[in-house]
Amino acid sequence: MSEPHLAPAIDVRGVQRVYQAKPKDVVALAGVDLRVEPGELFGLLGPNGAGKTTLIKILTTLLLPTAGTASVFGFDVAADAKRIRRIMNMVAGGEQSGYGILTVREQLWMFSQFYGLGRREGWRRVDELIEAVGLAEQRVQRVSELSTGQRQKMNLARGLLNDPWILFLDEPTLGLDVSAARTVRELVVEWRAAVPGRTVLLTTHYMAEADELCDRLAIVDRGRILAEGTPVELKRRVQRESVFRLELDRLAGGAAALAALPGVVRAATMSDGAGEVGRERQSVVVNLVLDDDAALGGVVGALGGLGARIVALQKSEPSLEDVFVELVGRGFDDEAVHHGERPGPPPATLAEMTHDTEEAEPLGSEVTR
Amino acid sequence: MSALARPAAGTPQADAAWDRRRVFLANLRSVGGRAYPRVHGLFREPSWVLFEILLPFLTTSAFVFVYRALQAPPQYVGFVVLGGAMTAFWLNVIWMMAAQLYWEKDQGNLELYFASPVDMMSVLFGMAVGGLIMSSTRAAVVLAVGAVVYGVTFTVDQWGLLLLVFFLTLAALYGLGMMLSSLFVLWGREAWHLTQLLQEPVYFVSGLNFPVGRLGFLGALAVAIIPLAVGLDAMRQLAFAGALGPTGTPPPEIEALILVAMAVAFTWMARVMLRILERLAREKGRLSARWR
Repeated sequence: MSEPHLAPAIDVRGVQRVYQAKPKDVVALAGVDLRVEPGELFGLLGPNGAGKTTLIKILTTLLLPTAGTASVFGFDVAADAKRIRRIMNMVAGGEQSGYGILTVREQLWMFSQFYGLGRREGWRRVDELIEAVGLAEQRVQRVSELSTGQRQKMNLARGLLNDPWILFLDEPTLGLDVSAARTVRELVVEWRAAVPGRTVLLTTHYMAEADELCDRLAIVDRGRILAEGTPVELKRRVQRESVFRLELDRLAGGAAALAALPGVVRAATMSDGAGEVGRERQSVVVNLVLDDDAALGGVVGALGGLGARIVALQKSEPSLEDVFVELVGRGFDDEAVHHGERPGPPPATLAEMTHDTEEAEPLGSEVTR
Repeated sequence: MSALARPAAGTPQADAAWDRRRVFLANLRSVGGRAYPRVHGLFREPSWVLFEILLPFLTTSAFVFVYRALQAPPQYVGFVVLGGAMTAFWLNVIWMMAAQLYWEKDQGNLELYFASPVDMMSVLFGMAVGGLIMSSTRAAVVLAVGAVVYGVTFTVDQWGLLLLVFFLTLAALYGLGMMLSSLFVLWGREAWHLTQLLQEPVYFVSGLNFPVGRLGFLGALAVAIIPLAVGLDAMRQLAFAGALGPTGTPPPEIEALILVAMAVAFTWMARVMLRILERLAREKGRLSARWR
């Protein structure tokens, strides 16, 4: 994945950011070290106020670090801002940029001019991107009349106008419904995969989104990176045993027979199938705790001797939320309450990240231009 | 090939190295890009006819009737119509130049402009060019309608100088607008209130509806510091040649020089203000943190 001839896409060393405020200063970043290789899709996962956006602002040259250094593809954010701006772009969730009086096509063309695309080249690029993000039907619709999902697709197209080497996405699916969020994620993945070296830094507080999209991610809280690694590595940190859910057609000797096998720590019958109304065949579900994954082979081999046949086998893995709770000692919800936000159950899956704004009324007309 | 699969040109390092020609072209194109919404959005909101032509024209008409009732020299009607036309530029400079970056910040555009590879001055120029084109149309309508309805007769001896003064006035005015736009972002609501406070006094001192020379010392002072007052006075001297008599203000040639100095000074100060704004934005998070 990494291109050996390239400098790190992101190299952050000891970055601190303090906002002067009353009654006391706000520490947004308290010493962050981070390295992202070219071609990676890297995620910053953390609750509101964790410092994710501040780090993005620093990397997009909009903010200087109070201490430490940061570079993008070898260019220092303080000294080489212009060069960084030529090869990067950024898109934020809920972004209301542009002018409602323009059409989608015009708006994108306007932004293309800030990246130096020629007049005709700009229109051609805009038309290509409109097709790519699925806004062909809205191309001559006024921006003020777009739904939230359509608007975010347009914002993503804006972020790709200059064909950046690095794309900063700050909560890109915030406020989107399931379908629009999925489209945005697919576009990001497709865009990144199309050219080696294209890099994405994504901030999100959606666990499942980070899990699905990111090659690697860092868990951030209160201005510090608490852990860093692939989603699998991070989850492994809190998983000290291997847990499998085993569904068998029958099991002579019950769970005790499995518990006696080498490498098995515990085995417990979850269901004997008697209560599963409508099932033609009864089954036995066993929750199996192993020393490690390697013990599974022995268990599977021994099942024949116990007269059992496997109907289904599923590994139970901890979620990134489990990792967060383990690292921080509280969940995202606790943080939401802390900030006075409405608490609620965290979305467990991407499908549950439903926000009913897609059908919301069109955005208000923006007369400033 | 999909737009997403577009091959990259080279390496990030190579793509980040723009030569001077590319930098210049990008900045030039950004001027056109930023002017686009203003030029093309001109006729998309028909309400502008009411708010920016009919209502200001009523004010102009009121002064016309006052002068006629007082049996003032007929040139005064021309002064008022010319002033009414120039009002379009002043309103544009105050509300769509000075206040614009403040709006852009609220909408999130300002961050995108700063994060783009072009100079913010180009974006400001684009705003100015777009606003100038938009306001020129409106000013031309007010001038034409006013001239026809009230029978204004222009007596121009030096067309070249008149046009030069007109464009210099706009350059100075929009330079002032560019400078104020950064101040608006820096001062936020305070600048907003200040502008509202100053709007009527500036109208008065600019002499939009009467020859500013009649203000005596105040008139001379206004001519020295307010571009609209200088430009309007010079244009009146040139558009109604010989009709004014002693104006108490400098001759148009001198006023043209004053306008040149103003245009240069305001544009330079706009650049300095932008630098300060960007520095504060990056150092103190003025743009990044909405609560600041």
